[in-house]
Amino acid sequence: MRYLPHTAQDRRAMLQTIGVNSVDDLFVDVPRSAVLAKPVDLPDHAGELAVERTLSKMAARNVAAGTVPFFVGGGAYRHHVPAAVDHLIQRSEFLTAYTPYQPEISQGTLQVLFEFQTQVALLTGMEVANASMYDGATACAEAVLMANRLTRRRRAVLSGGLHPQYRAVVETQSRFLDGEIVAAAPDATGEEDLLALIDDETACVVVQNPTFFGHLHDLRKLAEVCHANGALLVVAVTETVSLGAVTSPGAMGADIVVGEGQSLGNALNFGGPYLGLFATREKFVRQMPGRLCGETVDADGRRGFVLTLSTREQHIRREKATSNICTNSGLCSLAFTIHLSLLGEDGFRQLAALNHARACEAAARLAQIPGVSVLNNSFFNEFTVRLPRAAAGVVDTLAERGVLAGIPVSRLLPAAGLDDLMLVAATETTTEEDVAAFGDALAEVLR
Amino acid sequence: MSARSQAHSAGRGGDGGTRDVVQTHSGHRGLQMEEPLIFEMGSPGRTGVDLPPVTTTTGKLGGLQRRGEIGLPALSEPQVVRHYVRLSQKNYAIDSGLYPLGSCTMKHNPRLNEKIARLPGFSDVHPLQPQSTVQGALELIDTVAHWLKTLTGLPAIAMSPAAGAHGELCGMMTIRSAHEARGNARKRILVPDSAHGTNPATAVLCGYAVDPVPSLPNGRIDLAALKAKLDDDVAGIMLTNPNTCGLFENEIIEVAEAVHAVGAYFYCDGANFNAIVGKVRPGDLGIDIMHLNLHKTFSTPHGGGGPGSGPVVMTAELAPYAPLPYVVAGPDGFRLIETPADQEAAGDGGHAYGRMKSFHGQMGMFVRALAYMMSHGADGLRQVAEDAVLNANYVLARLEDVMTPAYPGPCMHEVLFDDTFLKDTGVTTLDFAKAMIDEGFHPMTVYFPLIVHGAMLTEPTESESKESMDVFIDTLRALAADAKAGNAARFAGAPYLAPRRRLDETRAARNPRLRWTPEAPAEAAE
Repeated sequence: MRYLPHTAQDRRAMLQTIGVNSVDDLFVDVPRSAVLAKPVDLPDHAGELAVERTLSKMAARNVAAGTVPFFVGGGAYRHHVPAAVDHLIQRSEFLTAYTPYQPEISQGTLQVLFEFQTQVALLTGMEVANASMYDGATACAEAVLMANRLTRRRRAVLSGGLHPQYRAVVETQSRFLDGEIVAAAPDATGEEDLLALIDDETACVVVQNPTFFGHLHDLRKLAEVCHANGALLVVAVTETVSLGAVTSPGAMGADIVVGEGQSLGNALNFGGPYLGLFATREKFVRQMPGRLCGETVDADGRRGFVLTLSTREQHIRREKATSNICTNSGLCSLAFTIHLSLLGEDGFRQLAALNHARACEAAARLAQIPGVSVLNNSFFNEFTVRLPRAAAGVVDTLAERGVLAGIPVSRLLPAAGLDDLMLVAATETTTEEDVAAFGDALAEVLR
Repeated sequence: MSARSQAHSAGRGGDGGTRDVVQTHSGHRGLQMEEPLIFEMGSPGRTGVDLPPVTTTTGKLGGLQRRGEIGLPALSEPQVVRHYVRLSQKNYAIDSGLYPLGSCTMKHNPRLNEKIARLPGFSDVHPLQPQSTVQGALELIDTVAHWLKTLTGLPAIAMSPAAGAHGELCGMMTIRSAHEARGNARKRILVPDSAHGTNPATAVLCGYAVDPVPSLPNGRIDLAALKAKLDDDVAGIMLTNPNTCGLFENEIIEVAEAVHAVGAYFYCDGANFNAIVGKVRPGDLGIDIMHLNLHKTFSTPHGGGGPGSGPVVMTAELAPYAPLPYVVAGPDGFRLIETPADQEAAGDGGHAYGRMKSFHGQMGMFVRALAYMMSHGADGLRQVAEDAVLNANYVLARLEDVMTPAYPGPCMHEVLFDDTFLKDTGVTTLDFAKAMIDEGFHPMTVYFPLIVHGAMLTEPTESESKESMDVFIDTLRALAADAKAGNAARFAGAPYLAPRRRLDETRAARNPRLRWTPEAPAEAAE
């Protein structure tokens, strides 16, 4: 077998060195009744060609986003990733290393983490960022726990503009720790007012910007009211590219910023692996979850990097740790860092401007269709449209016609009375022809 | 050979080392390049991308345009490529050498898996596309689930957890939900003192108190002590098997019976499943629920610290409490159950406790793991376990006369040494590990598990040939002899030959610098 180096002769020689007759003599601690006499009921080994054939057939049963006009977002966005990114992350030294427990031979990974933390802090307008979480939703749940620890309170107010799956993950985690959740109703029109829900028992307010429905909000007043009540403002950003065009959460008074970093460097991958971003103020760093990389010097006085402040973490603090997270999203953060390095200041700004422009074009086209209205006064690259009938059926019909139109809000928020709403996202990968095809197809379907 | 002799003479010569004999003008040393931070390299006007001009002017940003510089450096593609290639060259990796990091299962990562994960039909598919357009993706998840259920002998699975610790969280939440459904969540989770730190941290995240169970002198859980702690306040036990000492819990069936007798559940941390995959089914041992680390046993790349994937297999009794989402197969194809409303409509008796993460799990890892499992097959996976155990026992057999195994063999897929063999040498486990770096090896896991003094947990994995292990073993034998010969300085200063010498971790923690800042503010913070 191609992945197993031993010959029968090797195995015999090794057993002899060990001083046993057969490999089963090494499994003596396993209860006899539990050792399987023969392989389990699964196919036997297969060569590369056979495996590739079978799995390629499975892949071919999916409609790849790049093959059709494509407008699906909702917390995962299709962007162009420069070819150099995927090449570099497949360098053996990055791909097949693990957590940098031995910093002297892990400076590559560690310096990348330091660059990543700096980039995330800059984008979010915060002072410090960690070395990544699993995804935006789990980062959001960790932010709520961190706010509870910092304020010694247990009530989180969730905006109706928060991604429903983020809300679900926050609620799931909170339920097991007696956290109290006050969740505002889904806010399709972007008009909610959370101020009345904040009082001196509020640990944090969690908002998303742009919201799940695409609306942009100036959060400064909200931050003021939070702080006046001793509460923290947590801001979730599900589209990192928006930070190239929109005022950063940090500049608007956020205390913790969480985000989904998939948009930079990472493919859609049917939902994972993705990349949780987590940034906060320096004074809160000791309550932060997750790994942190810090700068130091080596025995010869040269600059180097290490994992640090690990007394917050499970491998040191065990049941008193700030989180149980261990393995995070290392390779995804590397992809993020390389992509952002290629973009640079101007490239990132221009990428964001392009996304906004394409979304403006798509919104303008869809708004021309009789019976279709755009709900947003403001948006970045995603917006909500109201259709004259249930969106789920329309989206399915458009898929049959070769257009992946958007997300029926009812898929994530069933029974919310929002069945006629559809989220539509556009990015730099969206072409004029895509917009025209979508517009024409939707107009026909609705006719 | 010359590197070896250099390291030796460096040790004898004190702290400077022979690497200082030749001073270079550039700061580089042959292939070892000194590389600044990307933030110190930019020059306004450069770019690594060419984007089309933006023609539309109708801004809809609601007056929230970002103003001022973000502070990102500007570089061309060749500069960025060289920067990250140079950084990569400062890393040790499986592809460059034996990486015996115990309990992390640093096995070979087949490149076929990377190729298949990048097929547009898997990588360029959105999680919220209409389900009719992702039938192949759902079939893939269902197929991975089938393999994992078959290999573990447990009939249900939650696929969404993102890593091992996240799988533990899923498992504990499932257990708590099952207890709650019976009207009493219970209060305590039993965790052996040899457990990985994620276990107690996870139990606390589910609102449980952690009650530690001592280990016996033979490295196994103390069954009598366990039984003494069991009562109807105990919600469950979290046991790693094979355990973190590299030993199979030989009384595991008795553990399961005792735990079940008080109505508690048996959670198994599956970090070490590589030792028994295809050979022993955890379901046959009385285990109720268990996570699998796809990035360990099933070879998805470790990536410098993730991404992982931690699906959780479980009994039929626990299955109704598993989290959303999950895939069901029906006459019209595969379907995702994503929301409580979906679950109600499906009428499958499920009452999920909630959701672990957004979307449907680590699809990219599922693809790689399936390619790995199909490549090995039922026969090859069994061979994986046998070879992994064979290799660890070979290391044990060839080192037991010069190093000190914490427990007598046989071991499973990893062998645990303590620091008794270093007694009175002036060399610590850390020093020994750092000397291994000079010899071209990644050290084993050190100082874990906590119950063994100066622990060195060594896991060669099945990927290593006899030849490569012989070189490794001969090197460790020589190092052990060096230590005993009183050559402590050679260890205390190590590593001499890595891209960096030993790093000052105290300084990093005392005065944290967690990001780059332009000049002055960094000084002010000092």
